Amino acid sequence: MSMSEEMMGDMLEKYPEKVLKNRKKHITIVDTSQACQQIEANTRTIPGIITQRGCAYAGCKGVVVGPIKDMVHIVHGPVGCSYYAWGTRRNKARADENTPADKVVSTLCVTTDMQESDIVFGGEKKLARMIDEVVEAFHPRAISICATCPVGLIGDDIGAVAKAAQDRHGIQVLSFNCEGYKGVSQSAGHHIANNNLMEHVIGTGPDRDPNDRYVINILGEYNIGGDGWEMERILGDIGYKVNCVLTGDTSILEIKNLHQAHLNLVQCHRSINYIAEMMETKYGTPWLKVNFIGVEATKKTLREMALCFGDEALIQKTEEIIAREEARIMPVIEHYRKICQGKTAFAFVGGSRSHHYMHLLRDLGMEVVVAGYEFAHRDDYEGRQVIPSIKIDADSKNIPELHLTPDAEKFQEAHVHLNMSKEKFDELNKQVPLSYYEGMQPDMKDGEVMIDDCNHHELERMVRTLRPDLVFAGVRDKYFVQKLGVPGKQMHSYDYSGPYAGFNGAMNFARDITNAMTTPAWKLVTAPWEKQNQQ
Amino acid sequence: MRQVAIYGKGGIGKSTTTQNTVAALAVAGKKIMVVGCDPKADSTRLLLHGLCQKTVMATLRDEGDDLELDDILKPGFMGVKCVESGGPEPGVGCAGRGIITSINLLESMGAYTPDLDYVFYDVLGDVVCGGFAMPIREGKAEEIYIVASGELMALYAANNIAKGIQKYADTGKVRLGGIICNSRKVDNEYALLKAFAEELGSQLIHFVPRDNLVQRAEINKKTVMDFEPESNQAQEYQKLANAIDTNTMFVKPKPMEQDRLEELMMQHGFLDAM
Repeated sequence: MSMSEEMMGDMLEKYPEKVLKNRKKHITIVDTSQACQQIEANTRTIPGIITQRGCAYAGCKGVVVGPIKDMVHIVHGPVGCSYYAWGTRRNKARADENTPADKVVSTLCVTTDMQESDIVFGGEKKLARMIDEVVEAFHPRAISICATCPVGLIGDDIGAVAKAAQDRHGIQVLSFNCEGYKGVSQSAGHHIANNNLMEHVIGTGPDRDPNDRYVINILGEYNIGGDGWEMERILGDIGYKVNCVLTGDTSILEIKNLHQAHLNLVQCHRSINYIAEMMETKYGTPWLKVNFIGVEATKKTLREMALCFGDEALIQKTEEIIAREEARIMPVIEHYRKICQGKTAFAFVGGSRSHHYMHLLRDLGMEVVVAGYEFAHRDDYEGRQVIPSIKIDADSKNIPELHLTPDAEKFQEAHVHLNMSKEKFDELNKQVPLSYYEGMQPDMKDGEVMIDDCNHHELERMVRTLRPDLVFAGVRDKYFVQKLGVPGKQMHSYDYSGPYAGFNGAMNFARDITNAMTTPAWKLVTAPWEKQNQQ
Repeated sequence: MRQVAIYGKGGIGKSTTTQNTVAALAVAGKKIMVVGCDPKADSTRLLLHGLCQKTVMATLRDEGDDLELDDILKPGFMGVKCVESGGPEPGVGCAGRGIITSINLLESMGAYTPDLDYVFYDVLGDVVCGGFAMPIREGKAEEIYIVASGELMALYAANNIAKGIQKYADTGKVRLGGIICNSRKVDNEYALLKAFAEELGSQLIHFVPRDNLVQRAEINKKTVMDFEPESNQAQEYQKLANAIDTNTMFVKPKPMEQDRLEELMMQHGFLDAM
């Protein structure tokens, strides 16, 4: 069942006129006969609406910075901001040749736990003392400080505290002014994190052996449930060298060396696209939007990557690995497809993930009928070609932009990075969309709904009218959806499962959602008093 | 119990005026508590014959919750109870939050005893944020006096404070009791201040003339009432105290637009002087 204009009218009818006018711009019923359907995004939520959005601190600490495994992440603020952002996204990390077990410290929950008197007298001294304690107790390679709302209000100079601590202890201390109130959503926090990593970390490591081939970074992959590891397994088998995954299971050492890759892969386009763009400017590194969610999507990504290096052996090896993996997993996928075929889902997750999961669900014969994001920008929906026409408002101006120039020593043209002639690179550009993302819209069908900053009311109405078989969302919407008798899948923790990326991930995912949809629990959700009402 | 808050531009003489008035009221037999709401903690210096050694916020920080009223509430001149909320050093933390915390703490510790006739709040400068408006929120001071002089910036600040009072007056019981002129010997000062107060819908409750005796008393860490009780200046403060004690005119102020304020200045201040 797809959404009609009439259904949308019913859903929005409760809103006052001004709200209605605003929300209408954030909702698009896809009509492929129209050339470009514009959607409004990355603007303020109207007060009073129960949004599912997060804050700048959540985007900076919770998403981008938090997973870096050899840093202690200090949250400067009252205890709740730290505790409720602790490990909820299941960014898995483990020791490896670069980082011994005693240096993996990202599982710690560290906060200055500001009290009334710290607010009144300022929290700088307490923060400095905490850094000293952290260094003494855990000897981390580096420390991050993330500011929460009150820190910005009372004006603690965390940059100065970080600088002094860096001089005192001889390790890098990064401070992020990611106070929760900045920007309109967590998107602001991603940008703040990207800027700081670009300015102070990336490019400070030693250069790589020039003989290394097919060196890549995976940007915007946070290793939830081990997704990054599955990608690395496949890429390693084909012959790629994964230089750094940003920021899942990564170390600050690896981030320092980020500039050494020949190609940047961008998995999440919203949280790390800034670094991809800035690296393209500063180092000339080309980037490719990839998608490892779904069998067909992974195959397409692997084939495009191989083309980027233009090496016959690599192309052949890619096909071998794809054939090997498909032979292994497709019987399992087929089994689940029989059960999933024809079912529908809603997806509200990430800054690219609602789009990514459309592919995996299609592998299983399912269709995403309503898709949206909490914090995406217009280009994530409509494609990067709209970027020049995006209106810059006061909220986005509030987040500083770094204006970089090509690095005098390290900059190389994109074709040099990929070890090919300029002519061949131009040819490649026609086959593979480098430095481009087409957004989710081209993958959606007529009557499907694209919705930005979907709120509780709208989601509830849509679930009641369209009765999807599955809803992908975060923890805020998971349980009320389940109370409506529809399985909700928490996509920030994968409900303690995963990985869902790559070939193995597709199998796990197919199993998990089949279980979720076929459990007899959904027949039992009607409460006894509601049954009486129905009679 | 009457709760009175004194506001005014920084440096206008709020603390001096408050303490001298309080001293005069104390001499007249009133039971009074003075709450200093300035992080500099110098609102009770003349009554205590020296700076308060333990502010509420510093004590709270050093001793934690294990806090006795006697630690922070000190008896001064004629038994006036003196307390300083205190707060951070300049440039750090949140002084406004400090005032909110310490007034709440005073309340919960039972500092507001029924035998008190008056509680005076001496508040720093402008109403810059919610913290500095704490004394005029619901259930606290219901009477405000603004200390001003004939200088434009003092009147500008006073008008701004009136805006703050107006906001709280619309939702609560807080009212403006009058303007106190702490004279700077500006031309036509009396007429200007009187016109200003009336334009606000209020009154010039008293005109305190300038006298170096006040400074001499200050150097000796005393109020004029304490230092030279028979002086003319002491009598002026007694008149002010009496005017406050018998005041019945409490209004919602009508703050002016900047243009009107400057017009008033031209009318009463500069024009005649030129």
